[in-house]
Amino acid sequence: MTITVYVPRDTASISMGANEVADAITKLADDIKVVRNGTWGMTYLEPLVEVETGEGRVAYGPVTVEDLKSLLKADFLNGGDHPLCHGLTQEIDYLKRQERLTFERCGLIDPLSIDDYEKNGGFIGLKRAIKLSEKEIINDVTTSGLRGRGGAAFPTGIKWNTVFEATADQKYICCNADEGDSGTFSDRILMESDPFCLIEGMTIAGLAVGATKGYIYLRSEYPLCKVVLNDAIKIAEAQNFLGNNILESGANFSIEVRLGAGSYVCGEETAMLESLEGKRGMVRAKPPLPAHIGLFGKPTVINNVLTLASIPIIMAKGGDYYKDFGIGRSRGTIAFQLTGNIKCGGLVEKAFGITLGDLINEFGLGTYSGADIKAVQVGGPLGAYIPPEEFNLPLDYEAFSEAGAVLGHGGIVVFDDTADMKEQAKFAFDFCAIESCGKCTPCRIGSTRGSELIDKGDFELMRELCDLMDSSSLCAMGGMTPIPVKSAIKHWEDDFKD
Amino acid sequence: MVDINKAVEVINRYKNLPGGLLECLHGLQAVFGFVPKETIDDIAEGFNISRAEVHGVISYYHDFKTSPNGRKVVRICQAEACQAMGSRDLTKRIEELLGINVGETSDDGSYSLEAVYCFGNCALSPNIEIDGRLHARANSDNFEKLVKGDGV
Repeated sequence: MTITVYVPRDTASISMGANEVADAITKLADDIKVVRNGTWGMTYLEPLVEVETGEGRVAYGPVTVEDLKSLLKADFLNGGDHPLCHGLTQEIDYLKRQERLTFERCGLIDPLSIDDYEKNGGFIGLKRAIKLSEKEIINDVTTSGLRGRGGAAFPTGIKWNTVFEATADQKYICCNADEGDSGTFSDRILMESDPFCLIEGMTIAGLAVGATKGYIYLRSEYPLCKVVLNDAIKIAEAQNFLGNNILESGANFSIEVRLGAGSYVCGEETAMLESLEGKRGMVRAKPPLPAHIGLFGKPTVINNVLTLASIPIIMAKGGDYYKDFGIGRSRGTIAFQLTGNIKCGGLVEKAFGITLGDLINEFGLGTYSGADIKAVQVGGPLGAYIPPEEFNLPLDYEAFSEAGAVLGHGGIVVFDDTADMKEQAKFAFDFCAIESCGKCTPCRIGSTRGSELIDKGDFELMRELCDLMDSSSLCAMGGMTPIPVKSAIKHWEDDFKD
Repeated sequence: MVDINKAVEVINRYKNLPGGLLECLHGLQAVFGFVPKETIDDIAEGFNISRAEVHGVISYYHDFKTSPNGRKVVRICQAEACQAMGSRDLTKRIEELLGINVGETSDDGSYSLEAVYCFGNCALSPNIEIDGRLHARANSDNFEKLVKGDGV
């Protein structure tokens, strides 16, 4: 009987030797079938090897080629016990305690098997959307309460409706896959582990607003995503889920992947449009909104990967189903990423409302180094540094906003007690100086002056500069750089004394 | 010498693609390893833009190079999640090992050392990439073998 073994093919597991492990397992016996699945997002266990048994998939990790000898001895091909064995994958606490909606198939399926995708709920949303009117699709998305997962949290239904109501000979769907925040990789995991989900979400967006062309603006640091997405697009086209007359509906939609070139600010939506047009990634002033005048001057929906990947389940199960998760005005689930100095780093999809402390302590289990936590930065390089005293903060857009912080794209970077917060504040300015597009003065000049003021120790003037950058920068790059700076000096003033 | 015919072939492939300049520059780098200055005129003509605009785009993006890389390219993440796991110290040690600073290529052309702001592998920091292959959990014990070794 053939034994099925799963070895993930995602960037994280490959960086820990998953390709070599997969090759070695293939050679163990003739009757082994190795499936390269996506990742479950339990990154601390990568490469996480799973063996199909009568009871379900049994997990072993992290597995190296050197471990295979002892694993064989323990009869792991039949689910045998071993120090690296974690029992049934589905029963692992880290996974079991999550609420997987957007990521329900990640890790479970072979990312490039359209059969796997369909057998596990794929394309139900698209098939339903085809039968609905544009207004009905948009109403469902509005009901779901879905807000942009890239970080700005703008209501998706309203954005779609604006593009729907615009009149033009051509409209576009642009997927922002320029996931540049340090401490984030949820877009990457989705694209590498369940690419058809993004394709389905983009196609539904196209149906809803009357767009026939979609672009995925992918950062160049994600080469594997490019391969997986392009393969998935070809497969979807061959099966008529993309292209002309999709599923005999009369609707047309095509998707092209475009590569960025290492610019952080191109994750800002208008800079992304410039870059997609083949220009320098300079931020545009708003208005006009991209929904009215976007890519090549046409009405354009710009959504983050996870926003679009949340659409299939909303269309399949209805807006009310999705809305039932979450709290307040933050509906549904969000993908948190536990990173930096953390023992159990990875992806945790939870409904909004869990506290920062529960997430870090119950899932992350403390620091990797074993030392105490000093600070966590939430929401990327433009997010606040938060001390352990404030870990009771619920993870919800409004609660974070009130605390002068941002949820952003859900990245959580943990620092232990060796961190120097003055150095981190200076880095915020330095990073802004490196990545500023240069269009507005507060960001272009302010970032360099801020870094100098930290060196000089003139923190009063630095605070003034922060207020100025906050109030007068053109986009979030300059406008939010003060957030990490101000939070660092507020909570760790001692670090700023010589 | 730059084989300009090869460059023109790449430019022709992308010049009619809407907004295709970045794809074209990536294509040229795939062939030459950098964007040779001899190709600027042809790019400008192909895309019907000025040479200044071509230069503007090349110089804006960190990915595009105007001179050849070292034979081995080492890229090290400098962003927060890797900082939290000691990337500042690791960077210093790699700079000492290679005798060059981040952003430089060694005189004998053996190494280029570059900064990257996030590989998206932040649960397994710090990360370094050597000739396109990403290595997670780089540390003071294994970095020398990674950087100087043949692959692993």
